[in-house]
Amino acid sequence: MVTEGRLRAAGVTLGYERRTVSTGLDLAVPDDSFTVVVGPNACGKSTLLRALARLLRPAAGEVVLDGSSIHRMATKEVARRVGLLPQTALAPEGITVGELVARGRYPHQNLFRQQSDADRRAVADAMDATRVTQLADVPVDELSGGQRQRVWVAMALAQQTGILLLDEPTTFLDIAHQIELMDLFARLHAEGATLVAVLHDLNHAARYATHLVVMQDGAVVAQGRPGDVVTAELVEEVFGLPCLVIPDPLAGTPLVIPRGAAHTAAD
Amino acid sequence: MTAVRVPAERGTGAGRRAAGPRRRGRLAVAALAVAALGLALVALGLGDYPLSIPEVVAALAGDQGFATTVVTQWRLPRVLVALAFGAALAVSGALFQTLTRNPLGSPDVIGFSTGSYTGVLVVTTLLGTGTLGVSAGALVAGLLTALVVYLLAYRDGVQGFRLIVVGIGVTGMLHGLNVWLLLRAETEVALTASIWGAGSISLVGWSQALPAFAVLAGLTPLVWALRGPLRQLELGDDAAGSHGLRVEPARLAVVVLGVALIATVTAVAGPIAFVALAAPQIARRLAGSAGLPLAASALTGAVVLLAADVVAQRLPTALPVGVVTVVLGGVYLLALIVQEARRRW
Ligand SMILES: Nc1ncnc2c1ncn2[C@@H]1O[C@H](COP(=O)(O)OP(=O)(O)OP(=O)(O)O)[C@@H](O)[C@H]1O
Ligand SMILES: [Mg+2]
Repeated sequence: MVTEGRLRAAGVTLGYERRTVSTGLDLAVPDDSFTVVVGPNACGKSTLLRALARLLRPAAGEVVLDGSSIHRMATKEVARRVGLLPQTALAPEGITVGELVARGRYPHQNLFRQQSDADRRAVADAMDATRVTQLADVPVDELSGGQRQRVWVAMALAQQTGILLLDEPTTFLDIAHQIELMDLFARLHAEGATLVAVLHDLNHAARYATHLVVMQDGAVVAQGRPGDVVTAELVEEVFGLPCLVIPDPLAGTPLVIPRGAAHTAAD
Repeated sequence: MTAVRVPAERGTGAGRRAAGPRRRGRLAVAALAVAALGLALVALGLGDYPLSIPEVVAALAGDQGFATTVVTQWRLPRVLVALAFGAALAVSGALFQTLTRNPLGSPDVIGFSTGSYTGVLVVTTLLGTGTLGVSAGALVAGLLTALVVYLLAYRDGVQGFRLIVVGIGVTGMLHGLNVWLLLRAETEVALTASIWGAGSISLVGWSQALPAFAVLAGLTPLVWALRGPLRQLELGDDAAGSHGLRVEPARLAVVVLGVALIATVTAVAGPIAFVALAAPQIARRLAGSAGLPLAASALTGAVVLLAADVVAQRLPTALPVGVVTVVLGGVYLLALIVQEARRRW
């Protein structure tokens, strides 16, 4: 078990009132990594991410951030270091893109100082990075799903945290927008951010992750470099999907090809 | 590869709208403040001893003998009460609607008014009909009801929708209890209770108004301190939490302040419907803001309640202001439901 790293879960038991999702889970997010978490629906990925962001208190164990237990730190202090793009968030009726992105600055504000120059700069930078600057004054209700997703990412970026947790950031996007967003994350990662993203597309995960975590029934069943982790046996075991894994002709990372019901030319 | 395909016209249109929301919000607040002031001056001149606006101003400045007495002693309390209570009700509504993320969420969803009425009925039946007893009964029973609803709705935190459903259930039960209490009460008691139950500010004098003003003035900075957290709660619990808001304490603070505001008003004036429900929505449309604006809501509530009270006074048979707001509320609810229905089907 890795114990270094700014953010890690140590023996956490996670769940909701009537249901335990994970028991005694250990996970260290390697510093400066682009960690991607994959696993079947309902296996506990969002639950884990919420615990890492201090939104869910573990029934046992603890989440450690920079050496201290995250639940003993002030919430705003945590929010200046760890950001989260939740799987579901709500845009208030009539809010403009600029206003929504600015709400990500909350952890940097206090009762009396609500909008500083630093806030405005962070918001402008976040909108630039996600290319939504031109939409600043457009109501969020009028955006397409893809544009909206970029606005939520901008809100998380405006928070300016060293660690960013992303829960299915590319859902609802067409393939070009998915890749564009993944490239944005790769760029942020190259610029020094530590990212943890939950993804459903194994091929994106294998191509972009520096560290891949595979979950099943609330437990981590494999982790490491995508090239070492993604095998036909693992995919079949975890997802119940018979497949072929070949090297991606462009990136050299593993490429998962589902066998499905349709018969292929090779058969 | 360009990601966001923004047509050029959209871009310029957006440019023209730049800085729009904020400026429009400030304009709306200024316009509402002027409207409230103008309406107050008119209201101070109305009555059996009519005064023009210049006469009202002169009387307020003092030393106009009888006119000054009429304006400052007889009419001013009622006008200020209408303004302050309207504002308090509207802010209470804005707090609850933001909390429940529902335009139908009002402090009444948590059963406050019905519970207060139960308290008034119990107090008047058992202890007689003093105003102090009535206020105390309303306050204690209203707060108890709110507490019960909050606790019944609590499960891993309080969720807006569950609050509404539990509130409706408890309100229904208390309503039945109220009817039963009214039926078996003596006529005199029933009369006092139902006058209170109609919601009226016509008999409020300085002695009742001043303590209520003091409480409202004390609550104002606390509400002001909640403006940031409210904007976060609108984003959903996970987003708010990930921005460092302690969601559950914030929600509890919103409930406590919302209930405190309506409790102060109800204890003095009885239940006044509609203002808490409609004023925040009207204010949002006027201010063109994201979410429910607190200052604009307060001013809208002030204008609406004062206007309703002026109407109530001017009707052939003077009615309690609560009756006027109930009628307005019925129309408003109908409009809301029709609009909602159009959008869905
Ligand atoms: N608020 C909640 N209350 C109760 N149970 C919940 C709650 N949220 C999630 N669960 C349950 O916990 C389990 C894990 O959910 P989680 O959202 O972590 O899954 P996931 O891996 O993110 O799934 P998906 O890929 O569908 O997003 C599921 O069985 C789910 O039903
Ligand atoms: Mg999930």
